[in-house]
Amino acid sequence: MTTEAADPVEAVGTIAPAADSGFLQRHGGTIEYVLIPGAALAGALGVFGIFVAMFGKNPLDLYFYMYYGAFGTWFSWQNTLTRAAPLVLTALCTALPAQLGMVIIGGEGALLIGALSATSAALVLQGLPPFIVQIAMVIAGVIGGGLWVMLSGALRQYRGVNETISSLLLVYIALAVLNHLVEGVMRDPASLNKPSTREIGAANMIGSIPGTDVHWGLVFGLIAAIAAYILIYHTVFGFAARVAGGNIRAAKIVGLNVSKLILTICFLAGGAAGLAGMVEVAAVQGRTNANLAAGYGFTGILVAFLARQNPLAIIPVAILLGGISASGGLLQRRLGLPDASVLVLQGIIFVFVLASDVLYGRIGFLKGRS
Amino acid sequence: MADGSIGLWTVPLAVLGGAIRVSTPFLFVSLGECITERSGRINLGLEGTLVMGAMSAYGISYLTGSPWLGVFAAGITGALLGALHAGICSLPRVNDIAVGIALMLFGTGLAFYLGKPLIEPTAPRLPAIDFGWWSDIPQLRAALRINVMFLIGVALAPILYWAFRTTRWGLLIRTAGESSDAARAMGYSVLLIRLRATMVGGFLAGIGGSFLSLFYPGSWNEGLSSGQGITAVALVIFARWDPLLCLWASLAFGGAAALGPALQSVGVTSGYHLFNAAPYILTLAIMIITCSPKRTLTGAPAELSITR
Repeated sequence: MTTEAADPVEAVGTIAPAADSGFLQRHGGTIEYVLIPGAALAGALGVFGIFVAMFGKNPLDLYFYMYYGAFGTWFSWQNTLTRAAPLVLTALCTALPAQLGMVIIGGEGALLIGALSATSAALVLQGLPPFIVQIAMVIAGVIGGGLWVMLSGALRQYRGVNETISSLLLVYIALAVLNHLVEGVMRDPASLNKPSTREIGAANMIGSIPGTDVHWGLVFGLIAAIAAYILIYHTVFGFAARVAGGNIRAAKIVGLNVSKLILTICFLAGGAAGLAGMVEVAAVQGRTNANLAAGYGFTGILVAFLARQNPLAIIPVAILLGGISASGGLLQRRLGLPDASVLVLQGIIFVFVLASDVLYGRIGFLKGRS
Repeated sequence: MADGSIGLWTVPLAVLGGAIRVSTPFLFVSLGECITERSGRINLGLEGTLVMGAMSAYGISYLTGSPWLGVFAAGITGALLGALHAGICSLPRVNDIAVGIALMLFGTGLAFYLGKPLIEPTAPRLPAIDFGWWSDIPQLRAALRINVMFLIGVALAPILYWAFRTTRWGLLIRTAGESSDAARAMGYSVLLIRLRATMVGGFLAGIGGSFLSLFYPGSWNEGLSSGQGITAVALVIFARWDPLLCLWASLAFGGAAALGPALQSVGVTSGYHLFNAAPYILTLAIMIITCSPKRTLTGAPAELSITR
């Protein structure tokens, strides 16, 4: 469903008359993938500036505080990177199925289930060495989240249920399951105001990268994104997935096992989001409660679309959007903007990014025609 | 159970009342989405439209003192969001599902932003008609306090059913949904038909939102809608794009949504959250039962990307 029509194909046909336009022909596609989303982002920031100006705020102040709150100081950089970590993982939850032409928007649900599974694993294995507990948490988080999204994939493949709707419905179901367990059997009697599970224990927390306040979840995210990139673009499995995403009938004719592709990709996608849940538990919250439904899953959808479903491009985009959400607090304090302003900006960016799809292959000087 | 208490009968009564009360937003959103989808386009952004409608209705009702103006404002807001959706979708190579997701996020974000000052004040609500005057069971009377909006919605379903079958507009919308080539060959602009269908759909979804903030639950806060919009979109698929079936399905969903609070009121508190998730579980279950990978659904508009 995503228009993955790679334009460089067009450039192969003609022979470059000059070295200069040859460069454009070879890299025009890549340049487009940076230039057009960049322009969309700039346009969205412009519209958001006008929007806040209507409420009597100075847009220049807005841009300054956004920059300052996101990337202005070492403190804000750390804040940004901490928020980017789960975004990389939840974005993979949308980007991987997109290779198959599926639109999965249930990353938030997989995150919650992953957090719940990881917490359960840690609570069951209390007393074992922290390293083992942490590994068990990762495995539980990945399996929990993976199965949750795999359900959407299986429903699509075997029952023809639209995966976009089913994955979103599963978000609400996941939240209900989480609330049910957290207020029921898994509740820590000591948590009065905010029903929560017991803490996983300080020893089992995954801690920060030395010299920073950024937790190891960022490294998990980077590894996952790079692994996803290699899987999609440099393995036979990934090639098969992209063939199936391009033309499902062709994939069946050449004998690809489409069911297996869909289930595996959906499991990996959900596993990434489940890992995000595990990271939020083991590095930030220390327990499972409703705080985990902080919207990382939904922002991840935007990250994936802005990165054009490319696992490597997800990394910078996640940092950018992590920065926007990190600056939200400063915008609230200094400009008196409501906390929802980050949501508004994200929505505007999303609209601009989708509308900018129309520009691909239409920018004159990138077509390489001298 | 003595002393005039009706005991466990409270539950079916509350479910009945819920079916009438809670179903109204489902009804309006699903009828709106029905029109949009019949024209060959799916608008997943109605969740955002619903929340924006709720917020603008509450705001206008508070500012002007007239809840009906609020309902109207909600409709206009919804139509504008529909126009935005249709406008972006008319660009070549833009996927309507993705635009819907974007507008879902944008609509909720904008509503939370603009609605911040509206959480405190109390706005005038929509009046209700007391159909339970003949009874002296308070629960039954509560269940039969029916809002005019519900009646409008119930009347709208057969009108739409009729309009789809017999009017020029209904035929045009269906033509655009079944075969855009045929509509084009007849000299009509498919994009324009879909723009109008999406705007009308947004108008109705906005009105559905106004019911949330102006009647039941009857206040504005950020947790007002949690997925009613998206459930209603799924409900249209279950209802096979038939406005009359949309009505029955909305009633069933309203009843399911009322189950959790009803059980809680008689003291069954365990599983409260799970019962609250009943509409989503029901939607998913129904989709699993009714969909099939082998064939497209009967009644599905051929141009609709969601059934392909």
